[in-house]
Parts: sequence; C-alpha cells; structure tokens
Amino acid sequence: MRVGLFVTCLADLMRPSVAFAAVKLLEDAGCTVEVPAAQTCCGQPALNSGDSADARAIARQVIHSFEGFEAVVGPSGSCMGTLRHDYPALFADDPEWRARALDLSRRSHELLSFLVDVLKVERVDARYDGKVTYHDSCAGLREMGVREQPRKLLASVKDLELVEMSGTEECCGFGGTFCVKYPEISTKMVDDKIANIEASGAGTVLGGDLGCLLNIGGRIKRRGLPVRVIHTAELLAGMGGQPSIGEPEKS
Amino acid sequence: MHAAGSTFPQRVTIAIHDQRLQGALAHASGGFVHKRAAQVAALPEFEALRERARSVKEHVLDNLDAYLERYEEQVTRRGGHVHWASTAEDAQRIILGICREAGAKTVTKGKSMVSEEIGLNAALEAAGHEVIETDLGEYIIQLAKEPPSHIIVPAVHKTREQVADLFDEHHRPLGYTKHLTEVGEMVDEARQVLRQHYFRADVGITGGNFLIAETGSSIIVTNEGNGDLTQTLARVHIVTAGIERVVPTLGDAATFLRLLARSATGQEITSYVTLSTGPRRADDLDGPQEYHVVLVDNGRSKMLGGPFREMLRCIRCGACLNHCPVYSAIGGHAYGWVYPGPMGSVLTPLITGLSTAYDLPNACTLNGRCQTVCPVKIPLPGLLRELRRQQFESALTPGPIRFALKAWAALARRPRLYHLKMRVAIALLSRFGRRRGALSWLPLAGGWTGTRDLPAPQGRTFQQAWSARKGARP
Repeated sequence: MRVGLFVTCLADLMRPSVAFAAVKLLEDAGCTVEVPAAQTCCGQPALNSGDSADARAIARQVIHSFEGFEAVVGPSGSCMGTLRHDYPALFADDPEWRARALDLSRRSHELLSFLVDVLKVERVDARYDGKVTYHDSCAGLREMGVREQPRKLLASVKDLELVEMSGTEECCGFGGTFCVKYPEISTKMVDDKIANIEASGAGTVLGGDLGCLLNIGGRIKRRGLPVRVIHTAELLAGMGGQPSIGEPEKS
Repeated sequence: MHAAGSTFPQRVTIAIHDQRLQGALAHASGGFVHKRAAQVAALPEFEALRERARSVKEHVLDNLDAYLERYEEQVTRRGGHVHWASTAEDAQRIILGICREAGAKTVTKGKSMVSEEIGLNAALEAAGHEVIETDLGEYIIQLAKEPPSHIIVPAVHKTREQVADLFDEHHRPLGYTKHLTEVGEMVDEARQVLRQHYFRADVGITGGNFLIAETGSSIIVTNEGNGDLTQTLARVHIVTAGIERVVPTLGDAATFLRLLARSATGQEITSYVTLSTGPRRADDLDGPQEYHVVLVDNGRSKMLGGPFREMLRCIRCGACLNHCPVYSAIGGHAYGWVYPGPMGSVLTPLITGLSTAYDLPNACTLNGRCQTVCPVKIPLPGLLRELRRQQFESALTPGPIRFALKAWAALARRPRLYHLKMRVAIALLSRFGRRRGALSWLPLAGGWTGTRDLPAPQGRTFQQAWSARKGARP
C-alpha cells in the first residue's frame, strides 16, 4: 500500500526519530512510504485560536499534497484528528474543497490504529526492558478511537511490562497554545499526571502525541525526576533505547 | 453574583494556591466520576438514552414556540400564571412584583441556577425581603456570602471545618451553641434551623428541571426534600426556569430523569422527584394558594438561531464540570460567574459578552472529555472553538497572540521557506540544548519555560534527514 506520511510539525522539528519509527513500522508492515515535501503543520494553532482563514489555507496545502495516496498516516492522534474531523468542517461553505477534504478525511489515520485496524498487524519485533505506563492522549482516544491498539502491540514487545496508571485518560495539560497561555493551570494538570505516572511504579511513560510528551517530559526534566518519556512508535520500532525526551545524548 | 479577584488569571492564581480549595477539589472530583461510570456500566441502554434525549431536545428546539405556548395554556388552565421575562432585569421585576403583591416578608428558595443567573437574591434583599436558601449547599454559601462554585454542588469548595465555623457564627444567636464536627450533626442542625423558615415563608421560589407541555407541570429534583417544603408550605409558589426547559410529555421527562441523576451524582435517581401543577385545588390538603411561573429568556432565543443552539439542550447535570481537568484544577469561582466548567465557558460569554468573559473559551485544552459524558451530547469543545473564532474575527484576541499566530501562519503557508528557516532554528536550539538534553530558558517563551524545560530537538529536522536518506538510496 502506498502511504503518505504526515510527519507532524513537532516530530519534524523536535524529534525526527518518531517519524523514522513510523516509517519503519509502516515499511515492516509492507507499505511504501512517501513524504510529501510541501507539508508543514496541520494548522491546529490557527484553527484552535479562531483563525479560520489561515487554518483553511494550511488545510488546502495539506489536502493538495496528500492527494493520490491510498492512506495518509501520522504518528499523532491530534493532528490526524484535525485532518479527519476538522478539515471537512472548515469547508462547510465550499463544495469543491469540502469534497476534497472529505476524501482526505476518509484516508487519514493515526499510526497505531492504522497498523492494527487496517493492516491487521498483530505484533512487532522489539524489546524493551522495564516497566512502562501508557498515557492516553485526548485527541487520539476521543477523536480517533485509539485505546486498545497501542496496548495490543506493546503486549508483543519482549521483556516489557505495561502497568496502567490511574487517570490514564485525563488530559496532561498540554492543549496546544493553552499550555503557554495558562501555564499555571497547565502545570497543575501536568503535575497531577506526573503524580499518577510515579504512583504506577513505571520507569517509562509512553504516549502517542509529541505535544503531550514534550509537556510531560519538559516538566519531568525540570523537576529532575527519573522517568523516561518516549513516543510509543519509537519503542515499537525498536528505538526505545535512544535518549528519551529531555535526556542528553549519550557521549 | 461575582467572585473575588478581578481577572481570570488573578482568580486562577488565587485558586491554585488555595490549599483548602485544592483539598476540597481533590476530595470531590473522583467521587462523582466513579459513581457515574458505575451507573453507566450498569445500564446497557445508556447510550440509546443519550441519543433519545438529544433528539427530544432537538425536536423541542425546532418547535420551541409551540411547546411554550402549550405549556402556558396548561398552566393557565390549572389556575397558574405564566410570566415572560426577556432579560434578567425583567425577571427580577416580575418576581419582586409578585412578592410585593403577596406582602411577602420571608422568601424561601429551593436551589435554582437561573435565579443565580438573574441575580435574584440581591434584588429581593434590596427590596427588603428576607431570603432563605433551603438547599444545604446553597444555604452554606448564602451564610458565607459567596456564589456557588458548582451547578449541582454549590458548596463543593467548602471543607467540613469551614462549614462548622459558619454554623458556629450564624446558629449561635439562634441558641445552637455546640461546635459540630460530624457531617450528620451539621445536616441535622441546618434542618432544624431551616424548618422554622419553611413555616414562616410567604413565598417559595424553586427552579424547574423540566416543564411539561402536556400537563403544565414543573419537575424539580432534590436529595434533601427541601424543594418540596419550599413549594408546598409557602402561600405563593414561584417557579423560575429558562425557556429551554420545556419538554413535550411526562414520558419525555422520564427519559431525562434517567439520565440526569446518573450523569450528575451517579445516582439512579435523586431522592426526591417532585411535580407541581398549579395552585392548591379545592379538595387538596396542602399546596400554595398562588402558582406563578417566570420563564426566562435572557439571551436564549438569540442562541436558538445561531451556531450555539446546541447549548440549549443542556439539562444542568454538571457532568462536564466533574470531568473537566481545568475545573478540577481551579474550581468554580475562578470562572467568575454563576456557570463554571465547560458549560459555563460556553454560556457565560454568550450571556455576559465575548470580551468580558474572554478567557473562558480559551482556558480549555479541547481534550473532549466533557463531550463524551454529556447526557445530551453537546459538542462543547466545538462550541468553545466557535467562540474563539468569533473572538478572533471581532479582534478581541490580544495583539501579541494575533501577531505571533499570523507570523507563524505566514511561514507555515510557505513550505519551502518554512523548511529552510526551521532547519537553522532547530540546529541552533539543538546546539544550545545538547549538553543537558533540554533548555531551561528561551527568550519570549516564559509561558513554557517558567515551569517546564524545553526538551532539546534531536538536531536535524526530519525533512532534512529524509532528503539525505533518499539521496543516499539508489
């Protein structure tokens, strides 16, 4: 299957290894992966700040760049939720673009749900030594139905023990521009999340959205806590051993 | 009624550092969530009920004028009076008029959010009436001279010790001198104090959870029975309700009752579900001599024809508050007006103005949990985003935020330039952060780096690395 990779701006800029992990998982499952160069971001900062004109312009760019792919896949429930649910709504008054947006919507998938639900991947070839816990990122969970798929694949990772933290479905306080506009509320929320992570006894926290992971990881780093933060796709692609989010490169 | 602290950010700071409030919130938040989840799990048709409730409400909104007229006819037929209030001031004036007419000295009140919305207590007191809230939570905050912090548990922010102190202060003059420590004792004492007021009351004011068009009845739900005493013992009963509270039949009301208590408190049904239909009839043993309904519009009919129409489905259960991580972090008073949480963040700007309540639609992560628990499936995050859109279009979004957004969007709309610039920026950030793995400070990024490190980028952008990989391949 010919798949267009929606890299997501955060993976592109902050953590390319997440996108490389996505490529590996897709290629291992038999896909041909292409990366259109004309992509930047899904447009959520504009969309969620009420700037629909810019959101529409960016959406047009994405819709255009990803025409012709059988599937459009990205390592983020949040960005892919935007492609699937918000683009068609943005063009409610523009029949031509609405049709194109709906076409993209039908082909858009979050990475792990695509692997499990569409490609019927049952297991991955990876090893990770330790106790991990998984944070259900809000958009993945509620907009894209991502809940069992990552857990299923994690169960096939050798030496890994998955422990569920309490409040795993509660928001970490990232919320895009929310976390910089209302840092006090955001920090309270991420501290609550970190308390649950610590209470689970896991040494590593996983998640499917880099926004959440940068927030959780950035706060963990500031507080100097010994918890590793990595994207689920990295671990599943056998890249869980590289420096975690906020950790210096090994010399 | 307005809470302390003049701006939203100030109120947030107060709330986050209020240890007692944080303790009360932590204590309260889990309980309702777990109880609701247990009720939902035990009722296989819960999802079907939500869908049914949604469609009944949509049908009512499509025919709101007809159902309201039908309701008015039925109330009138049974000897009651219906009054129409376009604004909060109208509603106050009508209710004050009824109280004056009745020569009312004491007015008892059952819990009613619409009465909070129209600022009724202050208006009644200013006109010389003695007002007694009879719902325990409302009674506590009335003693504390505070607005409610939750739409169904108005005193949820108060600890047991704070309530004991309030009772010491206000009940001692009435002869209750013992300092109480147990919840049961406090409830008993409040009950004894309140009981005298029910008998003295000239007018009893309640809300109305549902107004039944086919019978002209109003329904209230309570767990203390205080609403029953308020509406049956006073000479005059006034029901106050928003115009969206009407439902076609008693059968429809049953659908909503099954959803309401489960969603609100995680009960199958509240302890009391009470219907009132008109004044006392000739052969009735009790009941009021006069029965009035004040139907409050206050911005609702304006919502009916626009993008916020779905908000009129709200049955005020509070599930969205209970499941909101922002509400759990800051409590209800920080929202600044009578309706807090997700439903309040939609309603408050619509009623009080987009600019006065600027922060409310923005102080949300759009995590969507409220929508998944809403018994009438209101797309709350979508409505909040629509409010942000209207704020942006009416230039209410602050200048620096607009500027940053526009600058970012200008770049994001030019992929080639974007990738070039980002390469340079990311290489720099990566170099500064490499040794620690993170940056603890960045210019103009205090919103992030005030409390969090910024994890260092890995070095090259993915697009850069991908082109290199493609180039290396045959």
